[in-house]
Amino acid sequence: MVPLWMYLMVAASLFCIGVYGVLARRNAIAILMGIELMLNAVNINLVAFWRYQTPLALSGQAFAAFVFVVAAAEAAVGLALIINIYRRRQTVIAEDVDLLKW
Amino acid sequence: MNFSTDVQASIMAILPEILMTVLAIAVLALDLVWSRARRRDLGYVAGFGLLAVALIVLLVGGPPGDETSDQLLLGGMIRHDTMAQIFRVMVIVAGGLSCLLTMGVSRLNVRGDFYAVLIVSVIGGSLLSAAADLIMVFLALETLSITLYLLAGYLREDVRSSEAGLKYFLFGAFTSAIALYGLSLLYGFTGETNIYRVGRALATGGLGDAPVVLALGLITVGFGFKVSAVPFHFWTPDVYEGAPTPVTSLLSTASKAASFGVLLRFLLAAFPPPELLGSLENVQDYSQLWVQLAVVLSVVTMTLGNVLALVQTNIKRLLAYSSIAQAGYTLIGVAAIATDRSGDGAAAIAFYMFMYVLTNSLAFGVVILFANATGSERIADLAGLSRRNPGLALAMTLALLSLGGIPPAAGFVGKFLLFRAAIDAGLVALALVGVVNVIIGLYYYLVIVKVMYMERSPDEDQPIPVSTPYTWALGIAAAGVLLLGTILVTPLVEWATEAAQSLYVLL
Repeated sequence: MVPLWMYLMVAASLFCIGVYGVLARRNAIAILMGIELMLNAVNINLVAFWRYQTPLALSGQAFAAFVFVVAAAEAAVGLALIINIYRRRQTVIAEDVDLLKW
Repeated sequence: MNFSTDVQASIMAILPEILMTVLAIAVLALDLVWSRARRRDLGYVAGFGLLAVALIVLLVGGPPGDETSDQLLLGGMIRHDTMAQIFRVMVIVAGGLSCLLTMGVSRLNVRGDFYAVLIVSVIGGSLLSAAADLIMVFLALETLSITLYLLAGYLREDVRSSEAGLKYFLFGAFTSAIALYGLSLLYGFTGETNIYRVGRALATGGLGDAPVVLALGLITVGFGFKVSAVPFHFWTPDVYEGAPTPVTSLLSTASKAASFGVLLRFLLAAFPPPELLGSLENVQDYSQLWVQLAVVLSVVTMTLGNVLALVQTNIKRLLAYSSIAQAGYTLIGVAAIATDRSGDGAAAIAFYMFMYVLTNSLAFGVVILFANATGSERIADLAGLSRRNPGLALAMTLALLSLGGIPPAAGFVGKFLLFRAAIDAGLVALALVGVVNVIIGLYYYLVIVKVMYMERSPDEDQPIPVSTPYTWALGIAAAGVLLLGTILVTPLVEWATEAAQSLYVLL
């Protein structure tokens, strides 16, 4: 069987790619995609830990299911906010949204 | 450690959330049925509804027993103890005051959906105060956060509000994803999701420091964002300035109080000092890790918050930096709870947050009234406020004195308790840095008082009217600040100490 650490490595790489995406991309949609990658890394972690460590208790799976739901809600709210900004300013570039100084 | 399965106790443990769900649905239904003119009264339904729920929690929201096994309910998701009760009361009161304050914002006060989302946000904060499971902590935190992203961007026609919503969302989603990765690691290290079981498994697991530091660091990013501790504070001034002011009030009170509530419980339960674990052998002590972290965060947060507040010209931005500094003071208490076993540290935090919720609601209430009447949020424009409306100037002065820590306002007692807890815990240097910061803070708070009372303005003959809901909101908040600083000190401190002691019972 594939050892646990391999799954954890995949999750950690995915998480780092997500963090890089959030920090390096200027487009708000791309930043949102980076955040989704990070959440998926968490899900790989949770399911791998569940399968290898406590396959009889369902808490890891339940946790992963809640992460799905929250990620979906977060994406819905985020896209709504981005669309609203786009309608006002005709831009989705995070740096151009600068009425309030950072 | 077993979880209680008592049905009645389980229902009582989430009674506030059940009542608030009913209230949110009722507000939405009334929004549908009532005519547009009557909908102006929706704020009363939501506001006094929440205040009534707070009263119910205060009267019958106590824990079902003294044993932790009685208090861990609903499969260990919720711990129904006195600490949960005290934080729930303050979160719900903050929500109620925000609803009343919303009634003065012309484009929001007829919208039942706004009040409903606000109530859901308060439900998240209330659940967070009692959460005792990694899943519940995450879920409650996101219920609170996602609704606050919405509320911050609710004024869709206002570019600044939309922008505040977007910024808050991008920062919030990023930091909560980082914290979630930390939570998943904690689950992986221990195979448990209940934070009390995580704590025991971690202490006996023999993991070594490195993995625990990693998980703790990641989780700190998430909580640091919620309480706006430096270096996770960048969003605070922008979002406070851009969001509708009642939402800013909610952000700076309910969201922060609930986050501190869960932070106390989480740190003590998941990374406990070994003495609290009783008879376990070969126990590892991870508590010093987060104590050092809290000390560093506290010093940086209060110093930077105070120094940057000195140069602000917008009152909402000034209150934002002031709230960063206040989070720094509260972190002094967090640093003290591991070594100080009498419960003074946790009690000081509970007291401090209680008075802070009332104080900030009062300050933001005055700011909304002033901005509505004059269209300005500049500090210089507050000139002559004492002649335009003496009561309003007095209320603002009371709030500022409380934030600055001058008696008879409640802030003085709060700061005294925090610094005493730090000294009892052997953190004398930290307490000294805190005192120096309080003195810096006094400068910019008193400058505003000076502007309001001493400086003249050409508009002095135009009085600022105060509507009925504002009389209620400001009256409740001002009475709270004044009473908590004088005759209600002893009862609240006793209640908070009882709550703090329940926090130390981990088995």
